[in-house]
Amino acid sequence: MLDSASELIKLQESGDITAAQIVQKAISNIESSDETINAFTHVDAERALDIAKKIDTRRAAGQPLGPLAGVPIAVKDNLCSADMPTTCSSRMLENFRPPYDATVVTKLREADAIIIGKTNLDEFAMGASTETSYFGTTRNPWDTTRTPGGSSGGSAAAVAAGYVPMSLGSDTGGSIRQPAAFCGITGLKPTYGRVSRYGLIAFASSLDQVGPMAWSAADVALLLQATAGFEPRDSTSLNQSVPNYSEILTTSDLRGIKIGVLGESSLSGQLDPAIRKAVDDASEVFRSCGAEMVEINLPHSEYWVPTYYVIAPCEASSNLSRYEGAHYGHRTDSIDRTSEHGPLVSAYCRSRDEGFGAEVKRRIMVGTYGLSEGYADKFYNQALKVRRLIKNDFDAAYSQCDLMLGPVTPTSAFLIGEKTDDPIQMYLCDLFTVGANLAGLPAISLPAGLDDNGLPVGIQLQAPALEESRLLFAAGAFQSTTHHHQQRPRPIA
Amino acid sequence: MNANFIMSHDVTTIIGLEVHVQLKTKTKLFCGCSAEFGASPNTQVCPVCLGLPGALPVMNEQAIELAICAGLAINCSIPELTKWDRKQYFYPDLPKGYQISQFDLPICADGYLEITDPANPDATRHIGIIRAHLEEDAGKSMHDEVAGKSDTRIDLNRCGTPLLEIVSQPDLRSSAEVKEYLTQLKLILTHLGISDCEMQEGSLRVDANVNLHINVDGKKVATPIVEVKNMNSFRAVERAIEFEVERQAIDWQADGLTINDKPKTTRGWDDSKERTFIQREKEESADYRYFPDPDLLPVRIPREQVEEIRKSMRELPNVTCDRLQSQHGLKQYDANVIVNQGPQLVAYFERVADVSGDAKRSSSWVQQDVMRTLKERDMVIDEFPVTSVQLGELLKLVSDAKLDNARARDVFNYLLDKESTVEEAIKSLGIEQVDSSEIDTLCQELLDANPNVVDDVRGGKVQAVGSLIGQAKKKNPNANPQQVRETLLRLIGE
Repeated sequence: MLDSASELIKLQESGDITAAQIVQKAISNIESSDETINAFTHVDAERALDIAKKIDTRRAAGQPLGPLAGVPIAVKDNLCSADMPTTCSSRMLENFRPPYDATVVTKLREADAIIIGKTNLDEFAMGASTETSYFGTTRNPWDTTRTPGGSSGGSAAAVAAGYVPMSLGSDTGGSIRQPAAFCGITGLKPTYGRVSRYGLIAFASSLDQVGPMAWSAADVALLLQATAGFEPRDSTSLNQSVPNYSEILTTSDLRGIKIGVLGESSLSGQLDPAIRKAVDDASEVFRSCGAEMVEINLPHSEYWVPTYYVIAPCEASSNLSRYEGAHYGHRTDSIDRTSEHGPLVSAYCRSRDEGFGAEVKRRIMVGTYGLSEGYADKFYNQALKVRRLIKNDFDAAYSQCDLMLGPVTPTSAFLIGEKTDDPIQMYLCDLFTVGANLAGLPAISLPAGLDDNGLPVGIQLQAPALEESRLLFAAGAFQSTTHHHQQRPRPIA
Repeated sequence: MNANFIMSHDVTTIIGLEVHVQLKTKTKLFCGCSAEFGASPNTQVCPVCLGLPGALPVMNEQAIELAICAGLAINCSIPELTKWDRKQYFYPDLPKGYQISQFDLPICADGYLEITDPANPDATRHIGIIRAHLEEDAGKSMHDEVAGKSDTRIDLNRCGTPLLEIVSQPDLRSSAEVKEYLTQLKLILTHLGISDCEMQEGSLRVDANVNLHINVDGKKVATPIVEVKNMNSFRAVERAIEFEVERQAIDWQADGLTINDKPKTTRGWDDSKERTFIQREKEESADYRYFPDPDLLPVRIPREQVEEIRKSMRELPNVTCDRLQSQHGLKQYDANVIVNQGPQLVAYFERVADVSGDAKRSSSWVQQDVMRTLKERDMVIDEFPVTSVQLGELLKLVSDAKLDNARARDVFNYLLDKESTVEEAIKSLGIEQVDSSEIDTLCQELLDANPNVVDDVRGGKVQAVGSLIGQAKKKNPNANPQQVRETLLRLIGE
């Protein structure tokens, strides 16, 4: 029942259901199974119900309502919300309440969406499995022994588990698309600058983007519509008008569209056969819709992951310097006043040591090293140059095609604990997704069937800058031709 | 003691300055908070300048404009592309853990300042300016150590206020040159409305890098570089440098350490003890891990913008000074006094001079009566009750001998406290033009009553008429003393 925002909007308009009923259902679903799934770090049932009732009253009074009126929604817990904690799933911010809303949160409120709660993530969005969360891992609703992916694992699981029809995630290296693929839903990473980052707690500022997650491209379009747009408080946000995304979701006719498929490259070797098959099948679907499939090359794709794993930690090491316990967040209660570096440095070191988990520390150390004098040229500055080449690859490719089709992940959802001891294996989860972040381009992950283990498999479409409409157009065509996005996990016992 | 050493050796003092000036923007560099000085602690803050998670900086255009204006005034080039970088270090008054600054592409580069050579007022010295870059200020830490409890309070009001750091070449050779450089810089920056340059309020801060080049048997030996901080007046800067020069000479005589033996150290200035003290031995140089701030876009500065700013810039103070001399015939000293009061006073003076047609009299009135009153009443010229036109009209009457200086001062004082025209003031004060026949009669009466004065004057004591002038003023306050004097002498001579 809670799987289509568009449907819920219609049902409220026709008077078949009230916002209060919707929210009650969402809450009872959460209560029945989120102890197992752990999608949420915080749920505010009372407030959500309150808001729902007000929306119902306004509707009854014939007052105008926002485009997402009465739709329950989950927000990744790295987006600031003034009325709920915002933790980044870190002990460091365990008790942090921002005094302000992120711009996207404000926009959701203005659209009359009902924010049910905040969703779990890898600590500070650093991870691909939601296992680095201080509040425990999130489980995949399709198979609770498996991870939902990450870092927006909570947002993906909250949709897949049927708690909410849509959620917001953030994507720095694949953190929306990979969990969407693992959880069998649709997730879109917009063009860098399409959605305001104001109030998104930074991991890697030049790569982070907020984006929508839902079962269908139609709902993703609806949520993107409500959140996209220029914002003067974010200097990197793009001053471009927002098209009507829903308008273009009505056809399965892709004639005249050229879709590029990556030729054999160093990336293809990493691919699980089930995923390879899903991409091939999708290719056939697009061809059947009239698209022309062409082979393209991205010569520097083998450098995506190494480049990403220099730039992202370098920026993170800087962005996370502010968490030192002096102003807010976790502060140690065991300052060593006899420390040779003095009590202040001791307070910093212990607060950070206690507040951050292992993966965050690893990335801070890598990034600090990559920016340090004598090494910056070899690492950070070198990575910036390679990033430029990677962007150029995309530009060249888009002179030959309108969209690109490929996998999202090398494998379907892996077991909890499977990769926690091997960061490199974990980093390789981003193999196919980080290119879009490095180039600042939009990409969407679409459900494309189930593998032999009954686990969802995703495909990825990518587009040139600001061509979210084109992505959604093709995604809509795919979803009106296939039924992958309508498959649901078995109810959680 | 070391004066001897310094005199007996060929020692050159090498000084380079890093001057931070706070730009007079309405708001902070990256947020909308007021940049006003003096508010209660932590009242002028927002998520952006507090560095709260998720907050993002947005560049203040006015700061860019002021920096360009400053750069042009100190003969810098303004590159077409500038950018923001993060300088990382941990300190409680730096809530983000990094300062947004400019690393390799500063907004102003490669300028200079011509200063008067203190050793020879007719000569100038060319002081190179390496760069001037924008950065955000940190907050203020107030260390309070009461009753054995060490306690630090942090005020983040200042956090994020815009600073321009102006870095000179090590071209300065004495504390006197430093003072001249700072005076000149301050004059330009206040004149152009770029900064208040108040050292007491911290809107101008000076760090001095000092060392000595000693000529030893024809070879130049450089002593280790010391950066001196914490100086809160120009006087303190001068003294700190003088102290350092001596101290370094003593140290060098004692240990012979040179720049190659010892890294740069940081010393603070203790104003009460009048000495510098060691603050930080930079055994390893700090690694700030600069990198471009990904939250801010690089800034393109169109050439048209630079030209527009150049065109709209006020006349530089040295140009005004020259003009006051050439156009109004002032002496250099007088022109300097007026220019040093700022462009508003210059404009006031020029209007007075134009209306009165008497620049010299205007200059002396502005420097004495006007400036004294401003000081007494603690006001700025824009608030001054006597307008430039009124003062001009008044002085014109004096020049035309229709009013004496004393009566003019009465009118001036009247105008200070009452809203009135010059004409009305003269009327209210009962000032009238006195007929010369009336003066003649008055003078004759006085001479008749004081034959001894007549004798004294005839005997060569001309100053004896002075007492009669006083008496004449008493009998008729409108009598012009100059005219009375002339009449008395004429009548005595007849």
